[in-house]
Amino acid sequence: MAQTIETHTGETLQRPLGLRGVAADLSSDQRAFKNISWGKAMMWIFLLSDTFIFGCFLVAYMTARMSTTIAWPNPSEVFALTIGGHEIPLILIAIMTFVLISSSGTMAMAVNFGYRRDRRTTAIMMLLTAVLGATFVGMQAFEWSKLISEGVRPWENPWGAAQFGSTFFMITGFHGTHVTIGVIFLLIVARKVWRGDFDTERRGFFTSRKGNYEVVEITGLYWHFVDLVWVFIFAFFYLW
Amino acid sequence: MVDIRSGASEAIPLAEVEDVELYHPKSWWTHYVFSQDAKIIAIQYSMTAIAIGMVALVLSWLMRLQLGFPGYFDFIDADHYYQFITMHGMIMVIYLLTALFLGGFGNYLIPLMIGARDMVFPYANMLSYWLYLLAVLVLVSGFFLPGGPTGAGWTLYPPQAILSGTPGGQDWGILVMLFSLILFIIGFTMGGLNYVVTVLQARARGMTLMRMPLTIWGIFTATVMALLAFPALFVACVMMLFDRLLGTSFFMPAIVEMGQQLQQSGGSPILFQHLFWFFGHPEVYIVALPAFGIVSDLISTHARKNIFGYRMMVWAIVIIGALSFVVWAHHMYVSGMNPKFGFFFATTTLIIAVPTAIKVYNWVLTLWRGDIHLTLPMLFALAFIVTFVNGGLTGLFLGNVVVDVPLSDTMFVVAHFHMVMGVAPIMVVFGAIYHWYPKITGRMLNEAMGQIHFWVTFLGAYLIFFPMHYLGLLGIPRRYHELGETAFIPESAHTLNMFISVMALIVGAAQILFLFNLAWSLKRGKPSGGNPWRATTLEWQTPQTPPAHGNWGNELPVVYRWAYDYSVPGAAEDFIPQNQPGLGMPTREHAS
Repeated sequence: MAQTIETHTGETLQRPLGLRGVAADLSSDQRAFKNISWGKAMMWIFLLSDTFIFGCFLVAYMTARMSTTIAWPNPSEVFALTIGGHEIPLILIAIMTFVLISSSGTMAMAVNFGYRRDRRTTAIMMLLTAVLGATFVGMQAFEWSKLISEGVRPWENPWGAAQFGSTFFMITGFHGTHVTIGVIFLLIVARKVWRGDFDTERRGFFTSRKGNYEVVEITGLYWHFVDLVWVFIFAFFYLW
Repeated sequence: MVDIRSGASEAIPLAEVEDVELYHPKSWWTHYVFSQDAKIIAIQYSMTAIAIGMVALVLSWLMRLQLGFPGYFDFIDADHYYQFITMHGMIMVIYLLTALFLGGFGNYLIPLMIGARDMVFPYANMLSYWLYLLAVLVLVSGFFLPGGPTGAGWTLYPPQAILSGTPGGQDWGILVMLFSLILFIIGFTMGGLNYVVTVLQARARGMTLMRMPLTIWGIFTATVMALLAFPALFVACVMMLFDRLLGTSFFMPAIVEMGQQLQQSGGSPILFQHLFWFFGHPEVYIVALPAFGIVSDLISTHARKNIFGYRMMVWAIVIIGALSFVVWAHHMYVSGMNPKFGFFFATTTLIIAVPTAIKVYNWVLTLWRGDIHLTLPMLFALAFIVTFVNGGLTGLFLGNVVVDVPLSDTMFVVAHFHMVMGVAPIMVVFGAIYHWYPKITGRMLNEAMGQIHFWVTFLGAYLIFFPMHYLGLLGIPRRYHELGETAFIPESAHTLNMFISVMALIVGAAQILFLFNLAWSLKRGKPSGGNPWRATTLEWQTPQTPPAHGNWGNELPVVYRWAYDYSVPGAAEDFIPQNQPGLGMPTREHAS
């Protein structure tokens, strides 16, 4: 029973291939994900957790929509705008979606310029992203005020099931909060980039740690996530 | 796993992770109060958890007084009784056990056991504690606000949770409860991200995943689960807050209350139950998995034997964690559901018994022919095994739909979950405190007080909860303020209730002795030295005891072997620390 194994083999061990190699890498010492920094790993795991929050919100919304006793209002009519005498369904949402998806593009460019150490362009791209994000939130505020003026409240609305207003304000509100937080983070990081904090290794105000240009990418991860969530909200809330 | 073996060789793997500059506290305040050192945060978490746990203990006393001696205590009316039940349950499950295992033991042990200097994000870690403290204070504020705390039951089922008939339903009670939970979840997320990233990305050289002590595996898996399960509770809390504050109808069907039709209608109370239990069932294992991990290490250390089937133990933890996300509706059999769903959830529930049984067998096989030292940690570990098996067996009853339905609203359920997720994990908490107290303070806990504490707690817990199975089978309902003159309840049941209440008072008193021991031994305990249990894991190999800021002095440890090289034939001592170089030294790492 006492089986001892001489651990010193004296020869280079072969790297296992295929899935065994993946398993060996993941379970190796120090880091499970090689070349992934702490900050980036944290953001990915946080986003996974946040996915569950939005997932629960959306599942709750679908349950409510399927089980209400009163008919659900027709989103194509509710979210239509009258422009030049024509009623165009979902036009505002389409523009909002376009703006938000575009902001993902400028964010990706910011990340690229960040790694090239192009301080100025990075900051401009981030500011542009923030402006697009703020535009999105602004249009959402317009959409909210339009619906509120038409009599939609969290507890009632003129067209059908009360849960329509409840889920609408809750889910778009929660997403809008995410976008707003993202805009604030973008502004903070853009300021750091502009000032050259990541070149001079200036220490953070709260954590007193040195930052680097990866912070731009981590902010970007969050921003892309917020965009991706919007796609699902768009599909499940407006297109259903 | 060929490649892992290369890690066991004499060649020291290259350092991949730079030694990150530590935050150095500059004043007393940043050193001891707003500390970013995981060890201090761990102690803050533990002390807060134990303090609020004492509140829950007193509440359980009050409940037992009412149940054992109905009519004698005028101040415990039905409303108060429900408030006590609710607060006791919520505090024990979330604010004590979750916070203590993950925030307390997680913070203290993760960096030390994996050979890191601190958590990866010390600032967020600090915020995590302060949000937790805020959550606790908000929770406690319920006792002092008009209407008192909520009396909705710890599951907070709507619609009753927010109706005027329930204590705190239309007052502050339910609001502060929901706000407190939301704060707890935000705070926990900050800590949880830390624990997960630290385990994944900040281990010492040579510390492969399959060399981590099972304690770390348990805490790690539980934290991942918590990060995925708490969102459901978060969403449920937000929605209920809206139902209560804005008058939305997420969970509110059409209701006639006191002859009045309420404004709300069309919501689904079952939706809340699904959200709650999608969190609630993983929560059971969020509490149990760290306990599994810790108890494995206690048994191995104090039986001087390597853990039996280490790899199986790791996979069992992971599989239990994964399965626990697909069993939640077994808490809802009596809510009514499609029989096919009942079948599905009963099946998945019973499948969990397989990895769980693997763990129990492996603990027993680790003990088998071991050099068992009946130290206090070992006694508590053994108590855990029997209690857990006991609670697990009644879980088989309740996992089956047809058996669950008649038992569901009886004391049988109270007995079951107190055995399996109350007493069992708390036994591990005690065992772990007796085990690691010497590392935290440099002194041993007093043995005599510890023995009294153990025997009273262990036997007392059995005397409290074992008879409850019988009461449940008699059909005595749970959550009833008093039983009254009911024909089917024999006189013996009342006597038994009285007996249980007396035992509860005694067991509670033993916990006060334990707290006294904690304080007394701080100054007067026997000095322990750095490694009193002659254990292999890294936390016992620190240059100072208690470990200093940064844990490891100038040089980070390098790991050459797994955590369970006890009684290895051919070794000079009966344990070989993980950081002892491998050349020419035997190991049993690959024999397992």
